[in-house]
Amino acid sequence: MKRKSRGAFLFLTPSVLLLLIFFIVPIILTICFAFTNMALTGSAARNLQFIGFQNFTNMFQDPDFRISVLRTLVFLIFSAVIGQVVLGFILALLMKEKNVTFRRIIGIIVIAGWVTPEIVVAFCMVAFFSDNGSLNQIIGWFGIRPVSWLFSFPMVSVIIANIWHGTAFSMMVYQSALDEIPKDIEEAATIDGASNFKILSYITIPMVKGSIVTNMMLVTLQTLGVFTLIYTMTGGGPGTATQTLPVFMYNQAFVNYQFGYGTAISLVLLVIGIVASLFYMKSMKVKV
Amino acid sequence: MKMNKFKVSMTAAMASLLLLTTACSSGNSNSGSGAAKGKKEVTITFRSSGSEDTLTKYFESGLIKKFETDNPDIKIKIAPVLASEGDYTSKIVLQMKSPDTAPDIVAEDTSIIKSDAAAGYLEPLDTQVAGWSDWKDKFIENLKAGVTGEDAKIYGVPATSDTRGIWYNKELLAQAGLPVPFKPANWDEVLEAARTIKDKLPGVTPLNMIVGKSSGEGVTMQTLEMLLYGTNDTLYNDETKKWVVSSPGLLDSFKFIDQLFNVDKTGPTMQVALNGQAGSIAFQQLFPQGKLAMAVDGSWAGSTWFENGAAPIENVADKMGFAPFPTQKGQAPGAITMSGGWAWSIPAQSKNKEAAWKFMEFLMNQENATGRVVAEGNLSPRNDSVDVAGYTDRTYTAEAQALLEVAKFRPANDQYATVSAQLQSIVESIASGKLSPEDAVKQLKDNVARSLGEDKVEVK
Repeated sequence: MKRKSRGAFLFLTPSVLLLLIFFIVPIILTICFAFTNMALTGSAARNLQFIGFQNFTNMFQDPDFRISVLRTLVFLIFSAVIGQVVLGFILALLMKEKNVTFRRIIGIIVIAGWVTPEIVVAFCMVAFFSDNGSLNQIIGWFGIRPVSWLFSFPMVSVIIANIWHGTAFSMMVYQSALDEIPKDIEEAATIDGASNFKILSYITIPMVKGSIVTNMMLVTLQTLGVFTLIYTMTGGGPGTATQTLPVFMYNQAFVNYQFGYGTAISLVLLVIGIVASLFYMKSMKVKV
Repeated sequence: MKMNKFKVSMTAAMASLLLLTTACSSGNSNSGSGAAKGKKEVTITFRSSGSEDTLTKYFESGLIKKFETDNPDIKIKIAPVLASEGDYTSKIVLQMKSPDTAPDIVAEDTSIIKSDAAAGYLEPLDTQVAGWSDWKDKFIENLKAGVTGEDAKIYGVPATSDTRGIWYNKELLAQAGLPVPFKPANWDEVLEAARTIKDKLPGVTPLNMIVGKSSGEGVTMQTLEMLLYGTNDTLYNDETKKWVVSSPGLLDSFKFIDQLFNVDKTGPTMQVALNGQAGSIAFQQLFPQGKLAMAVDGSWAGSTWFENGAAPIENVADKMGFAPFPTQKGQAPGAITMSGGWAWSIPAQSKNKEAAWKFMEFLMNQENATGRVVAEGNLSPRNDSVDVAGYTDRTYTAEAQALLEVAKFRPANDQYATVSAQLQSIVESIASGKLSPEDAVKQLKDNVARSLGEDKVEVK
């Protein structure tokens, strides 16, 4: 027994070391820097000083910050929870036990969005939504006048882009979960006279609950961090219309050159991620 | 036994991985020096605007070859950074922080040079310029303030200077029945001209102003300050050393932007306005295609249409004009321009400062300094450029140079970058109709007071 645990320890050392160097230490540093006036340029860049909770008090007084939190939540709820998780589940459900060719064709179409790198997705979407883009040409066939989508509906545009990009992930998670439900359980329910809806809500969903929570958590954390897509499509604008927390953080750190403030914002982002994860785990009573 | 074998192979794999990484890292540190042949490598970094970049072409036109022939012990490497103006600043700062990545000469915008100097990224050049006779006699005196740090040391050599005004399409203005040459006496005449063009020439954007925060400093300087410094107010009070974050002039400037974009709707579409390349789109596409009548932009912008520019126009002087931007109510001196420009600096972390200075002196001698501004359509920081054939007889140079007499310079303070960033975001919000001019003043006041402290701002 003792020998075994020593062996395990030996094998764990490299990964623990890597985690320590590339993850734990930067997080500790981030926490420290959040309490400083660290700046990219200007006299503050030379004299690093601890300024206590100054960054945080500034942040909570900053209307831009509050509105960014709100925008992050809107983006999260619509593009992750409603968009990807629900849509992904519906897709997986519809494709369940359909013939292989159908599943393959639909699967490839959906997964195309997922395998496309984020920056490419952003450019595709800019081309789709721009003034002379495909969307305006399509609605032009029906005699509708072109709309400046990225300007008039910036948040809707980035939400649609993120749904298109991310849904395949949820779909794949649910597909494999649904495939693992033994057929006879559902058959038994049908024989007992349960309706399709009842089978779904009393059998299918409870049986894949674990996958749902895991997937929700992964998608939430991923969406909280979405930067490339929004920054490329709208730059957080127009004005601050799509300025979610990651974009706000980037602007503070690299446009306003306030690194300390930027790291403080990143900590808040981290806390939001943790709270969301705990909420999912508690509400679904699942241990991950 | 099996377990042991696995362990051994794993350990071997780990060891070889470790070896590989160390090999890589040591390789990196060697390749940087390039000292194998006893040559000193001088890396020069500047902002490139793409494949048609004039400055890159200027370096590659034989300039470097000439210097290397005269100085066989020095090798010049150009390392242009392709980025928007805003990103360029943060990129070079990150490079300058480490001796491994710091270039030996860097192009610094005069709006950021004081911040970078205060941060300790730049090498003071006082001893170098003291031993350089050109510095005292040949460089325009008031431009030296732009490269002087808060500590009164010199941190760069001014390389270009510029003025700003209204570029306009003579044919379009004539078609709309406006006088050519165009010379508006006050703001109202500018707005009125834009409205006339909108009425008479549908499909033509009347007046382009840079408002997208992705255009960085251009928003503050080319749009907001061009307006503000034509009122009776300024952005910074030199006497009290405080930022004027609320003043009638500031409110009027915000109102002008609101009027142009939201009330009269005589500005560019938001898709153009918010694009980081708004300036290039205006000058390379919209102006030549006859889809834009006027644009407030820098004196260099007209060179886009020169023979070797990105979008050449034949007989350009007959087709396009350059007018001074008026003061708010036509108050003296009647016109206003902001002046800025780029400077060459040596990063504190540079490894070849001596060789770098040698190249900088070469770069900034009468012939080469003038060669660059001629190519770029900028104004020269040297007063003897007028003696170089081809400088003043370039189209628009005389008009642009004349504006230097009414030129104002940006606040000489290392917090300028912070205030400017706030203004960029606020101007974009006003232009896109998300913020009223009154709320904008309040937001500026709150935000600047919060980041710099209540004791650094004042209200007029």
